[in-house]
Amino acid sequence: MAIEVRIPTILRTYTGGAKSVEGSGDTLADLLGDLDSRHQGLRDRLVDDAGLRRFVNVYLNDEDVRFLGGLQTPVTDGDTVTVLPAVAGGSR
Amino acid sequence: MRYDSLLDSLGGTPLVGLPRLSPTPDVRLWAKLEDRNPTGSVKDRAAFFMIEQAEKDGLLARGATILEPTSGNTGISLAMIAHLRGYRMICVMPENTSVERRQILQMYGAQIISSPAAGGSNEAVRMARRLAAEHPDWVMLYQYGNEANARAHYATTGPELLADLPGITHFVAGLGTTGTLMGVGRYLREQVPGVAIVAAEPRYGELVYGLRNVDEGFVPELYDASVLTTRFSVAANDALRRTRELLDAEGIFAGISTGAALHAALAMAAKARKAGQRADIAFIVADAGWKYLSTGAYSGTLEEAEERLEGQLWA
Repeated sequence: MAIEVRIPTILRTYTGGAKSVEGSGDTLADLLGDLDSRHQGLRDRLVDDAGLRRFVNVYLNDEDVRFLGGLQTPVTDGDTVTVLPAVAGGSR
Repeated sequence: MRYDSLLDSLGGTPLVGLPRLSPTPDVRLWAKLEDRNPTGSVKDRAAFFMIEQAEKDGLLARGATILEPTSGNTGISLAMIAHLRGYRMICVMPENTSVERRQILQMYGAQIISSPAAGGSNEAVRMARRLAAEHPDWVMLYQYGNEANARAHYATTGPELLADLPGITHFVAGLGTTGTLMGVGRYLREQVPGVAIVAAEPRYGELVYGLRNVDEGFVPELYDASVLTTRFSVAANDALRRTRELLDAEGIFAGISTGAALHAALAMAAKARKAGQRADIAFIVADAGWKYLSTGAYSGTLEEAEERLEGQLWA
């Protein structure tokens, strides 16, 4: 088992077009490091010196990691991580 | 109940218990029926407060033009009030929004300018800003950054909820402009120590996230993460399934965004039950299902409905 990471369309240039990739690690930061070893440049699109980029949302099993522990959020095998750009949304 | 006019009947909506969906007698769910507002959605509150404030500030005089990026409910609320008060209304709206919303807007005399489907509301906001710059005499109320939007909920929705449910432990609502969550959230945090404020954010199909790069994203100016306890991303299939469960179990015919809020509310209910804590969880029914019938969300199997929603702005 591994951790599934869903990648939004605009970042699939880093994953060879793959909609989701697998990785491992004890925390989100570890996981992103592991992904970056195979998909170089991906981490820089998600994270800057201050942490997660402003317009990037990352969800662990559908919950926003900013409310869990940010990059230090623990992750385990079988989890699903979803990366999405922040958008204005729908019926407002 | 008697009111002097339709607008005077704004707010004061029912809070109804959900005896069948509540997991135990100690962990209860409550639905705030915001479809019982003048034009049938929670957005009447924000629209009314934003227009009243603009009038107070001297921005709106008879014959003035209001411009707003909106894919539906806010536009309908603003168009109704504008129609009654003699303002012209222009909505900038993504082309992938339901036909019902367009027809209602046109009935209230609003003019619709379509923005490209790709990019969703981000693109509508961008286009409205451009139009506002070209027409300095038009008034853009800008729901995403207008403090009167959140204030409407601080002043009305929040106090209504606390009056009806003094033991409230959780408040759950959809996250869009963030006005409902910011306003109700701030009010409840002042009044109820330890209350949880939970956001349910709709997760759309890929078309909607069609940005050119991740630095072009959008976070509403009203958003203050410190008001929230947590935030869930709810996929279309979960929102659809819950929308149908709400109708099936409790008889409530709600819009699809309500299914997303219910999904998050049920997640909080499960957590409370597991922890052995009592909970009174209130969530917002933002509107009824009528405006979404043409999306196909209410017919056929869940899988069929989900397929039809792909690429649509369902909340």
